[in-house]
Amino acid sequence: MAIITLRESITQAMREELARDENVFIMGCDVGLRGNPFGITKGLMKEFGERRVIDTPISEAAFTGLGVGAAIVGMRPLVEILYADFLTLAMDNIVNTAAKTSYMFGGQANVPIVIRAPFGVGGGVAAQHSQNNENWFVHVPGLKVITPSTPYDMKGMLKSAIRDNSPVICFEHKRNYSIKGEVPEGEYTIPLGKAAIRREGKDVTIVTYSYMTYVSEEAAKELEKEGISIEIIDLRSLLPLDYDTVMASIAKTNRVVVVTEAPLRGSIAGEIVGEIVTRGFDLLDAPPQRVGSKNTPIPYNENLERLCTPKKEDIIAAVRKTLE
Amino acid sequence: MKKNKELEAIKKEFTAYKEMYVPDGLTTEEQLKMYSTMVLIRKFEESVKPLWMANKVHGYYHPYITLEAIGVGIISHLRLADYIGSTHRGHGHVIAKGGDVNRMMAELFGKDEGYNRGRGGSMHIADMSVGMLGATGIVGAAVAPAVGSALRSWIKRTDDVTVVFFGDGGANAGSISESMNMAAAWKLPVVFVCENNQWAIATDIARVTGEHDLYKRGIGFGIPSYQVDGFNIYDMWETSKKAIERARAGEGPTFIEAKTLRLLGHHATDDNWYRDMTVVEKYWQIEPIKRMADFMLENDIITEEQLRKIEEEAIKKVEAAIEYADTQCSEPSLDSFYDFVYTDGEIIE
Repeated sequence: MAIITLRESITQAMREELARDENVFIMGCDVGLRGNPFGITKGLMKEFGERRVIDTPISEAAFTGLGVGAAIVGMRPLVEILYADFLTLAMDNIVNTAAKTSYMFGGQANVPIVIRAPFGVGGGVAAQHSQNNENWFVHVPGLKVITPSTPYDMKGMLKSAIRDNSPVICFEHKRNYSIKGEVPEGEYTIPLGKAAIRREGKDVTIVTYSYMTYVSEEAAKELEKEGISIEIIDLRSLLPLDYDTVMASIAKTNRVVVVTEAPLRGSIAGEIVGEIVTRGFDLLDAPPQRVGSKNTPIPYNENLERLCTPKKEDIIAAVRKTLE
Repeated sequence: MKKNKELEAIKKEFTAYKEMYVPDGLTTEEQLKMYSTMVLIRKFEESVKPLWMANKVHGYYHPYITLEAIGVGIISHLRLADYIGSTHRGHGHVIAKGGDVNRMMAELFGKDEGYNRGRGGSMHIADMSVGMLGATGIVGAAVAPAVGSALRSWIKRTDDVTVVFFGDGGANAGSISESMNMAAAWKLPVVFVCENNQWAIATDIARVTGEHDLYKRGIGFGIPSYQVDGFNIYDMWETSKKAIERARAGEGPTFIEAKTLRLLGHHATDDNWYRDMTVVEKYWQIEPIKRMADFMLENDIITEEQLRKIEEEAIKKVEAAIEYADTQCSEPSLDSFYDFVYTDGEIIE
């Protein structure tokens, strides 16, 4: 097995799918010549040509729409939005067209598009380049929303997303891009909608996803020193969401903390807690806890930025609450 | 006498007005076919309002009445493998592209045999089997996806063409301008057809638009652009021919502003209370079907008998469609509630 960065795992997935299926193409701002701001698409335009890796004007609303239309007539577009914050510009085409076409047309057409969007806080890029807006899309029937956090998951899930006939939004945390991990040589895929247990434990379950999986692991290590055993579930996919794995863990631990980097108010953490309570109120020995960002835009100043998002201390405090 | 006076007045105020003539290359057979299609659209649309009043059809319904020459004039140049993108006023586009009036009527009735299995209705009517990419309830929203269909042709280097319709209201949606720019940059095989009926529901184009000749927007993007008389099928056919040939040859997009005037309400029960309809009344004498019929009679292209027969056939088809939708179709099963939200039979509740 090779050890590669998450960034490289995305490149590998896209290169393999471009080579495997001539209907796959990439479009977005600076994806061609520049190879995207993080180098993820570097070299692909040279390899596959200017009609398979397409540099677009800064027209998110319309080029996402072009992708949706191309998907309706049989292509498998990979549309890249430079930063997830800019998804607002493409919202109508995602929500009203991509998500609804299969349904509105009674199954006459599918929209097998994948929209990749770097998201998340970090690096002082402030309010318009740091957002966690993955929650919004979970509210839209017809979409799938994935948040792979390891190179292995990213490659396998992105390939599944490209082959899926429904529209998928892939949220990639910018802080995860340099994370390294083992990726097998050759072809593999990972089904969408299956959570992964990152750490087995018996006292408290932490349900989380993307970068917060790593912060939760730091918290779990600290708590382990005190003899508190944490089970960490990395959801990997927010829609569909693997409640079977979540509930099986809670059946064992009877305590749960849900961690998201999104502003807590109205976030998926509340939705997950609601579902847990409905499905398994009797399993719980303590009120479920939620951890998320403060309800502000993301600040520029480093100290303010740090104050805004969940740290391991916040997660530890939430775990303790479930043990009171 | 009054008629002549009115016509003179129209010519003065409706600057897109053009006299009819038979353009080079347009056969008599093709003219009769286009005329029959226009009549079928008219009869279909006229049948829907009473069905709505009788509670057989519900929701919103926007008739294509008096716009028939625009859709038919350009779509008659298309092949089955070509695509069209539509508006909320899409019934005429479906019929012109060769769609099935039975299945469309069944959809308006909300039946399982309808085009959209009863999930879409009038505003989302689509027939992928004839390349009709769907009506849309979001004004202007069909344009970017339709240009995406042309993008597919460009990527695959095929010679199929996409025609996309939008109105003067839709023209002011930003993603249309963005789409025109990309189509021009990459020379995509698409024809933009702006059905300028001068009214966005209750808002007159003059109140919200600085430049009323919308074809000039195409010029700004480097796209060959034309204004045609949207009541004149010959004018529409001739300009469309150039546009489709250009797209098919890989030379890029064309923008056609088909200028017309909305003679009816925005939707079935809109009574136009906000407009001065006395100005509009005279335009009925240049409505596209009667105008084409008169021209063909004057020029011995068609006989009164043929005209009558075409009308009778259209009425028969529409009556049969109503009969089909009303008596031979079934309600979607409630067990199928979650179908089509996702694909390949996947259900995510």
